[in-house]
Amino acid sequence: MSNHLLEVAGVHKAFPGVRALSDMHLTLRAGEVLALVGENGAGKSTLMKLLSGGYRPDAGSFRLNGEPFVPQNPRHALHAGISIIHQEFNLMPHLTVAQNIFIGREPRRGPLLSERELNRRAADLVARLGLPLDIRAVVGGLTVASQQMVEIAKALSYDARVFIMDEPTAALNDAEVATLHGLIRRFVRPDTGVIYISHRLDELKAISDRITVIRDGRYVDTLATAATTTREIITLMVGRALTSDARPVDVRPGREVVLDVRGLSTGPLLRDVSFTLGKGEILGFAGLMGAGRTEVARAIVGADRTTGGTIRLHGRPVRIHNPAEAARLGIGYLSEDRKHLGLLLEHDVSDNVALSSLRERFTRWGLVDRPATRRTATDLVRRLAVRTPSVRQPTKYLSGGNQQKVVIAKWLVKDCDVLIVDEPTRGIDVGAKEEIYALLNDLARQGKSIIMISSELPEVLRMSHRIAVMTEGRVSGILAAGDASQESVMHLATLRPNENPADAAELGLPDPRRPDAAPDRGPTEPKAV
Amino acid sequence: MAFPLTDGTETAARPNWLTAAKNRLQQLLAFASLIVIFTFFALANSAFPTYSNVINILFSTVVIGTLALGTTFVIITGGIDLSIGTGMALCAVMSGVFIVDAGLPVALGVPAAVLFGGLIGLVNGVNVAVLKLPPFIATLAMMLVAQGLALVISKSTPIYFSDHPGYTKISTGELIPALNIPNAVVVLLAAAVLAGFLLSRTLLGRYTYSIGSNEAATALSGINVRRWKVVVYTLAGLFTGLAGVLISARLGSAQPATGMGYELQAIAAVVIGGTSLAGGKGSIIGTMIGALIISVLNNGLQIMSIPQEWQNVILGLVILVAVYADMVRKKET
Repeated sequence: MSNHLLEVAGVHKAFPGVRALSDMHLTLRAGEVLALVGENGAGKSTLMKLLSGGYRPDAGSFRLNGEPFVPQNPRHALHAGISIIHQEFNLMPHLTVAQNIFIGREPRRGPLLSERELNRRAADLVARLGLPLDIRAVVGGLTVASQQMVEIAKALSYDARVFIMDEPTAALNDAEVATLHGLIRRFVRPDTGVIYISHRLDELKAISDRITVIRDGRYVDTLATAATTTREIITLMVGRALTSDARPVDVRPGREVVLDVRGLSTGPLLRDVSFTLGKGEILGFAGLMGAGRTEVARAIVGADRTTGGTIRLHGRPVRIHNPAEAARLGIGYLSEDRKHLGLLLEHDVSDNVALSSLRERFTRWGLVDRPATRRTATDLVRRLAVRTPSVRQPTKYLSGGNQQKVVIAKWLVKDCDVLIVDEPTRGIDVGAKEEIYALLNDLARQGKSIIMISSELPEVLRMSHRIAVMTEGRVSGILAAGDASQESVMHLATLRPNENPADAAELGLPDPRRPDAAPDRGPTEPKAV
Repeated sequence: MAFPLTDGTETAARPNWLTAAKNRLQQLLAFASLIVIFTFFALANSAFPTYSNVINILFSTVVIGTLALGTTFVIITGGIDLSIGTGMALCAVMSGVFIVDAGLPVALGVPAAVLFGGLIGLVNGVNVAVLKLPPFIATLAMMLVAQGLALVISKSTPIYFSDHPGYTKISTGELIPALNIPNAVVVLLAAAVLAGFLLSRTLLGRYTYSIGSNEAATALSGINVRRWKVVVYTLAGLFTGLAGVLISARLGSAQPATGMGYELQAIAAVVIGGTSLAGGKGSIIGTMIGALIISVLNNGLQIMSIPQEWQNVILGLVILVAVYADMVRKKET
């Protein structure tokens, strides 16, 4: 078949104790975008590693343009025309954009690098792709979205015919996603193809021609996108039907106020952030990237210095200087960056679960009581349905969803009654997301108060009893679950009070064009909508 | 829904001359502190700012400076090389073996000693890059091996170059008679220019930064990380060999029991010069300034009759202040 760009047939791959892929099939046709979906742990990453030559298959074969193809190493795969953008960026933060794009293919004059030629080529490429990048900027100083563009420019510079993107939009906002999709459409020509891996099913509908679903390391089905509903895809992925129109549960007013934040400000970003959090309430924080949602959490737990504002916990004013103090007061912050800030990846489940409460709960006569940590961990693993062979398993071997559950377990052991969860389902597949949602609802019902920061609007809408929307470091409005819709949240999230006088007026702020106007001093109650 | 792309372009749009100026500033600051320290000693003691003392300072920078050049490459890759001190002593001994014992002419014995240093580095490189031993452990082991071999080969006695006046000229001779600059200083300068060139203008330099910045990504970009790491450690070994020649030529003898401690001074020079132990960042000019700061301090404190013990205390404090200042500066930008 000549129009089959890439074929994967009967591929098996096993690791000690785990069968990662068995009898995997996949066909990428020339000129198409093929979406690859599956729950975390379904085998997508393993398949990518096989295609890039990072692993060797135990059995099965690949064909590229109809020819047998055995990738030896990343370089071989690249030169064969397969470019992969991995989920974790593969950039050198200390090098410039141009240096990153052409790493390994530096233009030279004799033995010397030709920086001028390098920059010229990079400028050409970036201009051709229409990317807003300064090619001389150092990559480490760029935003996530810009870094992604560097990755894409790098991948496309190899004259790839097969372009594989693993979760390319996990950290992008909608405009950036649109830019990315534009790039992909331009890349797809009659002789090239794209494999697009994503958890965002609405995106797959927008960008792909066909969808291949895999589950538990096995091929499930391939569907034409136009003739398929999201619900069908999810059903194939998880092997069961899901309730997708779920709404927040247990919403009621008049809850006892647990956390009362007034006029919270930080030097660089936050301006006069005020809100309350009730007992057993789930308060969602919505907003575009950079609006200051994570910064609010960091300011509350004392990770960043505040320049103003008061925090009352159970009615008593508190000053929190660092996250350890916050934890002592019962406020736990679950970072969006699980792998770096949430877990000790080399350590096992029980160590991680016990970590924050070692001193209070798991020491006897100054020694760590390991049997006790294992008992507690075993109990929580069962309660939260963490999928792990045992509590002795290092957390790096767990899937994203199960890692998140371990982080939640850690804070439950700590007995926190205020949990701030930042992007709790980032990088987690649909089925596991449902479990995290159920878990958060459960915790709220038991009287835990939860602040949920999320970039996924459907998630915020289905979970939050109330939604605080942020823009430019301010809370632009707090919506009750009944009044919140995609439209109302987006309206508040896109206000630009620092630039637009009309937006400033809507929020009761002084005209940003008048320099003499006192800038937002004195606490103003966030506008209720 | 139309979303502005502000998040993505803010930093990207920052003019690059600003970043460049900031990098210059860092070197300027290191250089400024060198000037400040120098001025302080000059004001404190009139014997300090004389021509002959400045030459003295440069002369005493030679060994640490040469070792620090190779170490800069290793540290930028995120590695460390503890074997350069005793490795230098072993190379000095080998130079003695080649020239004094085996009777090789100086013109052959010197390159042989330098290449022997390269061999030490090659072994380090293979241990680190191929056997995947942690650099600290691999080079700690090599430090002990080199020290032991230096003593075994020399039977624990110094080897004297008294019959080879041409050899000692390598360090103490004066190529340009009018200036009274010892050859060792000229050699260091030439070595530094070469190292700076390698680091900033060649593939080796680019991949040195790249590996230190993100090793996994460098490998995924199709670069043979293993091979380049071996090259970097071998290069450090070559500079070790050169330092061995320079120190033995200066002393007129190969001292097998010396060397220990030089590696830490060289690492100190690199770190004071703004190279990050985490890798990915550093420069030869910074390293040279760092090495000069160390010898200016040693020389100045000596002239002020401050005992050796206190010189070490002060040097330690300088390292703390230099690295802390670098961190604070980075946080602010």
